Amino acid sequence: MQTFDLAAQGLRALNSTLHGLKGQTNMTSWEVINPKGAHAIAVGLDAPVDVTVRGSTGYYCAGMNKQATIRVKGSAGPGVAENMMSGTVIIDGDASQYAGATGRGGLLVIKGNASSRCGISMKGIDIVVHGNIGHMSAFMAQSGNLVVLGDAGEALGDSLYEARLFVRGSVKSLGADCIEKEMRPEHLALLADLLKRGEADHLAKPEEFKRYGSARKLYTFNIDNASSY
Amino acid sequence: MCGIVGLFLKDPKLEPQLGALLTDMLITMTDRGPDSAGIAIYGRPEKGKAKLTVQSPAPEADFATLAEDLGRAIAAKVTGTVKDTHMVLDLPEDRLEAARHAMRDLRPKARVMSAGEGIEIYKEVGLPKDVAARFEVARMSGTHGIGHTRMATESAVTTMGAHPFSTGADQCLVHNGSLSNHNSVRRVLRQAGMTFETENDTEVAAAFISHKLQEGAKLGEAMEATLTDLDGFFTFVVGTKNGFGVVRDPIACKPAVMAETDQYVAFGSEYRAMVNLPGIDNARVWEPEPATVYFWER
Repeated sequence: MQTFDLAAQGLRALNSTLHGLKGQTNMTSWEVINPKGAHAIAVGLDAPVDVTVRGSTGYYCAGMNKQATIRVKGSAGPGVAENMMSGTVIIDGDASQYAGATGRGGLLVIKGNASSRCGISMKGIDIVVHGNIGHMSAFMAQSGNLVVLGDAGEALGDSLYEARLFVRGSVKSLGADCIEKEMRPEHLALLADLLKRGEADHLAKPEEFKRYGSARKLYTFNIDNASSY
Repeated sequence: MCGIVGLFLKDPKLEPQLGALLTDMLITMTDRGPDSAGIAIYGRPEKGKAKLTVQSPAPEADFATLAEDLGRAIAAKVTGTVKDTHMVLDLPEDRLEAARHAMRDLRPKARVMSAGEGIEIYKEVGLPKDVAARFEVARMSGTHGIGHTRMATESAVTTMGAHPFSTGADQCLVHNGSLSNHNSVRRVLRQAGMTFETENDTEVAAAFISHKLQEGAKLGEAMEATLTDLDGFFTFVVGTKNGFGVVRDPIACKPAVMAETDQYVAFGSEYRAMVNLPGIDNARVWEPEPATVYFWER
């Protein structure tokens, strides 16, 4: 285990050290101490390494992640795992607004609550939230899966494309063109896998969730509506 | 952007450290707004006494004999302490309004920053570390306080455009965001008798809450009314003589984090503003919900 003291060594040194890990490395396990809510911790990683941040982080932690597994032993500020490409990010506490925004791949797990705009414009990322999510989550979400064990705030899935949303608790309101859909066997199988990977299979069963998706009336051109465009 | 910090102490043992704790929190938020900075500190009120904090662009000339001149004008004992461009005048509580009026004739160029039994406001153009040092904020004690570092959008970078804004006795407000209907709300409030010193949007929010309180609303009710009557982006932190409140607009894109322990309630635009507070590792830390009023009163 390599230990990096952020307070003593600084953010640029941390990120340039982590960026230096390319391909196969024998320094696969890292620990960041004294994060003290700093911004942009462990951003832009591109190696199959494991990074544990011992404390809470500020803006954009683990943004643009590729391959790495990043664990935050605290809460994360706005934009955690923004535009993640692959790998895994696990937040033990809460995540602030726009967690996982525009993510293209990988898995984001939030063990507490996520606030507003979780998964906004997601493009292939899987997000598993053990608690609740705030308003305008999955706005314009294009693909990927959002799993919420708790409740969802206002306007869930507004202007949704083809992302799949699974919510176990209540949904305050659905956004434009977002509807409840039937849960078919393939969705239950998908959800079982997501709960397992999201370290939530002991907390919830796939049958307890409802599925929400796009009604496909907003983003699909319909010749009958030509006069109203 | 703008950065906000706030601290409401529950444990009197921390009161001597209030200024130092708030100064440290505010300096951490410097990157959120380097234009100007300000701090409101509430000391323990003393029965029958009040404080008027004034600022002058020409402090040496204006402050030299101000305490004596003001004392004569309001026929009461007035003592004063000069801190850089500001002066705190101690006087009998029942002469506070008279003193405020007298200032206009006595020192037309000086501006009243705050008036009340507990409040003192210091604000100037510059970085938080410099502003806090000029006024020796770190040496101040008190029960609660609010700090702000500004990235100006809605009005000029001036001392009077800095936050906190105070529009009523012992009241103050700081703001991260921008209001879009401040001109029309200011017009309505002017008709209702409120006065304004600037063209700033945040001053309108402060006056809106002061006006509601004057009408008999409780702090929580006055803050609730901002959600229906003010349009725009806002995270507000509000101080009164014995209270401290937080409210965010329903969109809630302006950041906010709160922490509570047995000793205090703290507010920060970001968590990193609070990392040096005593016991923060075991505090309850949460993000205030959109369109939800939080307040504490002693």
